[in-house]
Amino acid sequence: MRVQNNKAWWLVLPVFLLVAFSAIVPMMTVVNYSVQDIFDPSTRYFVGVDWYRQVLQDPRLHDSLLRQFIFSACVLLIQIPLGIAIALCMPTRGRWASLCLILMAIPLLIPWNVVGTIWQIFGRADIGLMGWALNKLGISYNYASNTMDAWVTVLIMDVWHWTSLVALLCYSGLRAIPDVYYQAARIDRASNWAVFRHIQLPKLKSVLLIAVMLRFMDSFMIYTEPFVLTGGGPGNATTFLSQTLTQMAIGQFDLGPAAAFSLVYFLIILLVSWLFYTAMTHDDKTR
Amino acid sequence: MAEIRLHNLAHSYSAAPNAPQDYAIREMNHVWQQGGAYALLGPSGCGKSTLLNIISGLLSPSQGEVQFDGKAVNTLSPQERNIAQVFQFPVVYDTMTVFDNLAFPLRNQGMDEARVMSKVHEIAEVLELHPLLHKKARNLTADEKQKVSMGRGLVRDDVSAILFDEPLTVIDPHLKWKLRRKLKQIHEQFNITMVYVTHDQLEASTFADKIAVMYGGQIVQFGTPRELFERPGHTFVGYFIGSPGMNLIEVQRCEGGVRFAGTVLPLSDALNQRLAELDGKRLQVGIRPEFVHIWDGVYEDALCARVLHVEDLGTYKILTFDLDGQVLKARLQEDQPVPREQVYLSFPAQWLMLYADDYLVEVAP
Repeated sequence: MRVQNNKAWWLVLPVFLLVAFSAIVPMMTVVNYSVQDIFDPSTRYFVGVDWYRQVLQDPRLHDSLLRQFIFSACVLLIQIPLGIAIALCMPTRGRWASLCLILMAIPLLIPWNVVGTIWQIFGRADIGLMGWALNKLGISYNYASNTMDAWVTVLIMDVWHWTSLVALLCYSGLRAIPDVYYQAARIDRASNWAVFRHIQLPKLKSVLLIAVMLRFMDSFMIYTEPFVLTGGGPGNATTFLSQTLTQMAIGQFDLGPAAAFSLVYFLIILLVSWLFYTAMTHDDKTR
Repeated sequence: MAEIRLHNLAHSYSAAPNAPQDYAIREMNHVWQQGGAYALLGPSGCGKSTLLNIISGLLSPSQGEVQFDGKAVNTLSPQERNIAQVFQFPVVYDTMTVFDNLAFPLRNQGMDEARVMSKVHEIAEVLELHPLLHKKARNLTADEKQKVSMGRGLVRDDVSAILFDEPLTVIDPHLKWKLRRKLKQIHEQFNITMVYVTHDQLEASTFADKIAVMYGGQIVQFGTPRELFERPGHTFVGYFIGSPGMNLIEVQRCEGGVRFAGTVLPLSDALNQRLAELDGKRLQVGIRPEFVHIWDGVYEDALCARVLHVEDLGTYKILTFDLDGQVLKARLQEDQPVPREQVYLSFPAQWLMLYADDYLVEVAP
């Protein structure tokens, strides 16, 4: 078809402006910071990739990146199977189903910093129910001084806070499976495991994809809860990437390296999310 | 392989049924002989699928017993009843290949791989699934999926029975015919009891040796396609089977027979005797359009009716006429002259059925 004129592009303009203000402009500002050394608006030097080179060699960042990956891996490995298991156990109809749904939704409604505070108090050895009880039982527990205790507490807190999301997503996915599949499986004499493996799990794939992506991204960007709970300690044991970034950008006001680091951070999340997406949808594309 | 007997069976989906209309299945006794090919025919919502699910054990009846070879199986699961069932919509295991789908029920039984292999190939041969065996089931078309679903039912040859719940709904018309033939072949080959649920009389009569017609939660007649056509046991069977359905006329008893408006229809002596016992019941006479005799021209002893219209259906014509206020139909053969305005007709006594409260009044022949 012959192009009459290009006026239709005007129709795209509002979207373009919106995206520009919400994403492109802020992002380019960060890019701008990441390639310059800025002292004040009139005194700035172009430094090329120096900041990138610096942050990529920073051992402090290596450490928190490693911690971050371990943390996200633990979160996924615990929350996804646990969420599926909870969804499978939840009642399907009646009053108990509603009650379960409400109970499951409660942790999701609590603000992040409140979650941190709840567990900060809950785990304290002197006045916290869990910390006090554990110590009374003869298990030495102190998240403020013991690295392992701190990690376990942060993980349990995250599991408590977010497993509901996975469970609710899976629950909705399970409810969407037509009854006839279960009937056919009974006729075919499938074991419970086979029903799970060949009916439920495949039908849950699309919701699991969403669950894995959301939980990966959120856990990889976790900030508030460990900050409130442990402040990143003991030492740097629970200092994750976003906290390191905040220290760098706001604590030390190293805007150049912080900007370079932000972009690297962003690219890592993008890359890993893409990997998950590709791996999980790989099967659908092979026709 | 088993004879399936339904003993005083009834089912209601409501917890505390009290009126007859609360029942999806009204109390019934019925026997499916071992090795028969049966159809369960009826309109949507008449309880066909409910009955099927009760037989397979997916549903537990509120009353009565299901017996396989004389043993009550009410408490047994579908697995223990060893029954195969094919559903209306295709159910395949998406992540498996077609081969694994077909092998699934066999492997669940713990059959050894060599036998699984030969059984799967045998059934794939019959259903022409060979080219697809190594394809993922997810990527099949709807009718291929349904063939796989059917294959999973047919692959086990030790089953007590195979139940089909309108299995050809999603299949293309030309394939439908082929698959019905296949089912029939499989039935002849393996001699397994098959019960085939459908709302299509043609499907029922091409597949089954005997058809059970279901209406309002009851089996109203059980017989060969021919019996259902020639001697409908219930007005519903008359209406539902045949195209167009049976002519039904509400009548009153009179001297020597029955009458409606000014028309008297004489009945045989045997029927006249029975009429005396039927006081207070709603009486109807029925005759199939195929059996209405149309005279060529004027005939003194015949009934005279006003022609309303004629539909030409290719090989035959349907004549609609008004006989004393009753709109009735008759079937005209291709070579028969088409009457205009007036038609002389008679109802041959052997094809005129009498119904009391919808059930056929039987007399000894």
